[in-house]
Amino acid sequence: MSVGALSGQVAVVGAATAGIGWESRQSVAEIMAEAAHKALVDADLSVRDVDGLYAVTPYYWMPSVTLADQLGIQPKVTDSTNIGGASVVAHVGHAVRAIVSGQCEVAVIAYASTQRSDAGKLVTGADMLPYERPYGPLFPISGYAMVMQRHMHEYGTTREQLAKVTVAASEWASLNPEALKPEPVTVADVLASPLVSDPLRKLDICLVTDGGGAIVLTTLDRARKSRKPAVSVLGTGESHSHCYMTNMRSFTETAGVQSGRAAFEMAGLGPKDIDVLQIYDAFTIMVVLGLEDLGFCSKGEGGALVERGIGPGSTLPVNTAGGGLRYCHPGMFGIFLLVEAVRQLRGECGRRQVANARRVLAHGFGGVLAGNATVILGRNG
Amino acid sequence: MKSERAHARPLPEMRNAGATFWSKAAEGVLVVPRCTDCGRTFWHPRPRCPHCGSGRVDWIRGSGKGTVHTFTVVRQSGDPYFKTKVPYVVAMIDLDEGVRIMTNVVDTPLDALAVGMRVEVLFEDAGGGIAIPLFRRA
Repeated sequence: MSVGALSGQVAVVGAATAGIGWESRQSVAEIMAEAAHKALVDADLSVRDVDGLYAVTPYYWMPSVTLADQLGIQPKVTDSTNIGGASVVAHVGHAVRAIVSGQCEVAVIAYASTQRSDAGKLVTGADMLPYERPYGPLFPISGYAMVMQRHMHEYGTTREQLAKVTVAASEWASLNPEALKPEPVTVADVLASPLVSDPLRKLDICLVTDGGGAIVLTTLDRARKSRKPAVSVLGTGESHSHCYMTNMRSFTETAGVQSGRAAFEMAGLGPKDIDVLQIYDAFTIMVVLGLEDLGFCSKGEGGALVERGIGPGSTLPVNTAGGGLRYCHPGMFGIFLLVEAVRQLRGECGRRQVANARRVLAHGFGGVLAGNATVILGRNG
Repeated sequence: MKSERAHARPLPEMRNAGATFWSKAAEGVLVVPRCTDCGRTFWHPRPRCPHCGSGRVDWIRGSGKGTVHTFTVVRQSGDPYFKTKVPYVVAMIDLDEGVRIMTNVVDTPLDALAVGMRVEVLFEDAGGGIAIPLFRRA
C-alpha cells in the first residue's frame, strides 16, 4: 500500500479540551479522561465505542494504560509513544494506520498535565546527558537559547522578528475566550522582559499552566454519520534527529524537514495548499524553524516571513488559539495544536476563525527540537 | 560533607564509556573518542562507534582548542551550585578534532563572547581523580 492510499481514510470526529487553568482540583488522569469524554460527546460517540487508546503525559509510566483504567475500558490497540511534545501528533499517524488496517475502529488520543499546580514549572521525565549535567544548562531553555543564538548568527534573524512571534500569539489569544493570557504584548514588551538564557527572554517562553485535551478518530464511513463537518486526516509524518541537545545534528534545522515531507507526500499536497498552521511554540524560535523546515520559506527566511505577518488578518495564520506562548501550556502542547486545527476546519472559532479554512497543518516538536511530528487535516465538502 | 557537596558542581555519572574522559582531564589532557576501524572521531563517548558500529574505539589526545559554535548566558538557575554562579556561560564548542561538546566558557568577559570565537581548554579539579574541562578565550 502506498502512503497516499492512507490519505483521507480516517476522520477526526471529536475534539475537546479540559481543565485549562492555573490551579487544578482534579488529577491528571481525571483531566485526561474528562477531555476524552467531552471529545466523545462532541463526536456523538460513547466511551463504550472506544477500542483504540493513545495517550501521553509526564505523570504516569504507562499513560494509555492509566487512561484505560480511568475510562473503564479494555482497548484492542494501545500506544503511549513518547517523543516529547510532538507525541500526540505522532499518535495521529499511528491511529490512522491502526484504523485503516482494521485493528481498531474508534481511537481516542489524550493528554493532560497539572504542572502549574504541582511545580509551577515544567514537569518532565527528561534526563540529561552525563556530558551536559556538570555544565548547568537549563533544560530545555538553554538548548533553545543556543538554537536562537546560532540562527541569529547564521541568517541574521533579529530579536524584533522573534518578538513578533509572541506579539502575533497575543493577538490571537485576545480573540480566544479559552486563552489564559489574552492581554496584548508589544515588541517592546518582549525586548524589555528579563533575559533568562541569552538571547532568550521571558516573553519568548511559553506559559506554565494546567490542562488537557483529546481528539477522537474513526473511519470516514462512520464519520459521515456525525452531525459535525467531517475533518479528514490527509497526511502524517514523524521523525527524531537526536535526544540530547549535545547530539543535535544542526542547531538551525530540525527533523521537521523529514516529518513535514512525509506528511505532504501522503497528502499529495504542498505548503501552498495550507490555509492555517499550528506550530508548537514553547519558544519563539520554534515558529521560525517550523516555517522553514516545513517548506513555507527557505532556510534563513523564517524571521522575514514572521515579519510579513502570522497574526489575525494575515495570509499565513499561525497558532490561531494563541499558542503555548499565550493560550495555555501544560507541558506537551501537541494536543492543543490538533484541537485548534479541528475547530478551525469546522468553523467553530468565533472571532478568531480564519475564513474558508480548508486545510490545516499541525507540527509538534518534543524535547529540544528532538521529536518531530506533522499532521495535515482537511475539511470534506 | 553532604552540605559541602550540595554547593559543588554536579559531578558526571562515571558508570559509562566516558569515565576516561574525566580521569584524563585530571591529568590535564582533553581526550576525544575515536573509532579504530573507520578512523572517525565522535561525541559523546560510547562503547561502539556511532558512525560504523565497531566496538574498537579508543581515545586520541586532543589539542584542547576549538571554536564557539553557539552559546548562551544563563541568568537564573534552581540548582544549588549554579544559582551561585549566575550569570554563567553554556556553550557548544567545535573541537579541532571534529566533534562538538558542551562546556562552560569561563575567564572571558560576557561582552567578548561570540560565535566563531577561538577557545582553549582549562581544567577544574573535581576531586576523586577527575576534573571538569572548561574553556576560555584563546
